[in-house]
Amino acid sequence: MSARPSQLPRWIEIGLLPIINVLMALVVAGLILWTIGANPFEAIAILVEGAFGSGYGWGYTLYYATSFIFTGLAVSVAFHAGLFNIGGEGQAYIGGLGAGVVALAFDNLLPAPVLVPLAILAAAAFGAAWAIVPAYLQAYRGSHIVITTIMFNFLAAALMVYLLVDVFRDPGQMSTQSRTFTENATLPEMATAFGWVGIKISSTPLNLSLVWALICCVLVEIFIWRSRLGYEIRATGLAPRAAIYAGIKPARVVIIAMAISGALAGSVGVNEILGVQHRLLLEFVAGAGFTGIAVALMGRNHPFGIVLASLLFGALYQGGAELAFEIPTITREMIITIQGLIILFSGALAYMNRPWVERLYLRLVAAKAQGASSHG
Amino acid sequence: MDDTFLLALSTLAATIRMATPLIFCAMAGIFSERSGVIDIGLEGKMLAAAFAAAVVAAETGSPFIALGAAVVVATLLSLVHGYACITHRGDQVVSGVAINIVAAGLTVVLGHAWFGRGGNTPDLTPDQRLMPIKLPGADTLIEIPFIGPIYYHIISGHSLLTYVAIAIVPLVWFVLYRTRFGLRLRAAGEAPAVVDTAGIPVLRLRYMAVMIAGLLCGIAGTFLSISMNATFQKEMTAGRGFIALAAMIFGKWRPWPAFFACLLFGFLDAIAIRLQGVALPGIGHVPVPLIQALPYLFTVVLLAGFIGKAVAPKALGYPYIKER
Repeated sequence: MSARPSQLPRWIEIGLLPIINVLMALVVAGLILWTIGANPFEAIAILVEGAFGSGYGWGYTLYYATSFIFTGLAVSVAFHAGLFNIGGEGQAYIGGLGAGVVALAFDNLLPAPVLVPLAILAAAAFGAAWAIVPAYLQAYRGSHIVITTIMFNFLAAALMVYLLVDVFRDPGQMSTQSRTFTENATLPEMATAFGWVGIKISSTPLNLSLVWALICCVLVEIFIWRSRLGYEIRATGLAPRAAIYAGIKPARVVIIAMAISGALAGSVGVNEILGVQHRLLLEFVAGAGFTGIAVALMGRNHPFGIVLASLLFGALYQGGAELAFEIPTITREMIITIQGLIILFSGALAYMNRPWVERLYLRLVAAKAQGASSHG
Repeated sequence: MDDTFLLALSTLAATIRMATPLIFCAMAGIFSERSGVIDIGLEGKMLAAAFAAAVVAAETGSPFIALGAAVVVATLLSLVHGYACITHRGDQVVSGVAINIVAAGLTVVLGHAWFGRGGNTPDLTPDQRLMPIKLPGADTLIEIPFIGPIYYHIISGHSLLTYVAIAIVPLVWFVLYRTRFGLRLRAAGEAPAVVDTAGIPVLRLRYMAVMIAGLLCGIAGTFLSISMNATFQKEMTAGRGFIALAAMIFGKWRPWPAFFACLLFGFLDAIAIRLQGVALPGIGHVPVPLIQALPYLFTVVLLAGFIGKAVAPKALGYPYIKER
């Protein structure tokens, strides 16, 4: 069955089947909309218009996509090592804490060109640290990384509530948030950056983090497919026993893969804390860690696919907000539902459509061969 | 009456109340995982069940029809999980995550579309809910010093479902360890090939296990929305499914230890609520979020092998492929 090597050509394997899976998720989503009395086609039209119909829409779509690229890459790097990192949410949260701590400590001392890179590094380092503990426990103590990363999500949430309420809270504020950073610790908005070269675009939360996210895509691509460590990670993920036989140390691979995964997830803090909020606050990750799972599954763990999937989810988030505004019976949680359905169909049920597509393809090939021979 | 004594009694009563949904979900997890199927989706099934119970209770007025509806909904989600991981050998963790996320989204989408209250369902009246039951004699026996108040506050005065939760633990133990079905189910989680060799269908066993898990999550959700509370609220499970998962691991996949872990975690929850904003003499302001994090911390420490060793069923997470 699925152990048998595929008889399908590459374009079906990595093109058609994933598209069929996503379409099935969208059809189920459409049925849900129809059930609650909304017109799915009208909903899609509003969604697309809201996400791509204006510079403003594009700005928000790309802003959401930025975080999803980070978490999608994070999940994919762990997947390549055969690990399931459900902890992206917590790592992103702690990554934001790292960026925030550095910003709060030095924003009156260091100029932006020094402080911003430092804060970006801190976000990655804190995210990595939060992932290394479960990785260590998996590698050396045999505890299951799925369970420990779930627990670390909750631990991160509890820690942040404690820190924000008891440590970082700005006494002058009613809400639980730190003071706002000075200019030195903020990543410029994309509109500002375009302004430097004389181009005017709408002001949105979209900031220079997108550039960093795209650089990370290239770095991950090079790391996973062109470096010795990347090879070790992929070998361990595909065939752990063969990897050991080849002299690869699985414990080391687990730790390195999870550290990189955590660093990428932590970079969500760059987008949210340095790019948009300019202060520490609660729940700024807002599910991006979980969206990363859907993004990685849909993007088939490849940076290029992840960028496309992030764009789709960015559009869903931005268009979904417009949709909730235009059609009051639909709430933003519809987007969460679609996300769950995509994880179900592209992830858990990924093999469901394979048998019938394979049968159909083989029959078509056979018919074609017969047609050709009868002509000849 | 001594105030400290009363405070202790009410905390213990709250412990049992808080532990109720955890017990159902932990037992659900034990059934599923002992058969070899990872169940990350306890949270989502409980949430969907809570929603179904609240909706049906509001529409029909009967808490028992509501319970039935909740069980059906949670079992259907279990079947989705089974279809993905048992039939199609999909990744069990991915499937569980999908169920959690779909439940979190869909309950609000439907609730908002049907009732327009931001995802909440209509408030329930006491006759639409499962209210606390006063056991016979509670009012007269309270006069007896010490034992009377214990009977009144801790033994009496819980929801019907709380009593069911406590009764279900020995039942789960019995089914798993003293019946043929239980033996086969545990074997399917340890050595499925052996079960198959004996001519017993592994896939059917696993389907039954995940359906029982669904049933138990259904009761847990019902308790949350129509017994402990009088309405469904967005994300009302608030991580309890994962705490139950932690309790299951903490109890090393065995019913009685898992039950005590549920009570421990319920107790932490009960004191966390009481310590909110309280300054203790000598300690000062209590960091409540850190107390709420303790179940997760305990579980990580246990998994790390520092306090005993939690060994999962051997075939846990591996789909069974029949050899040809």
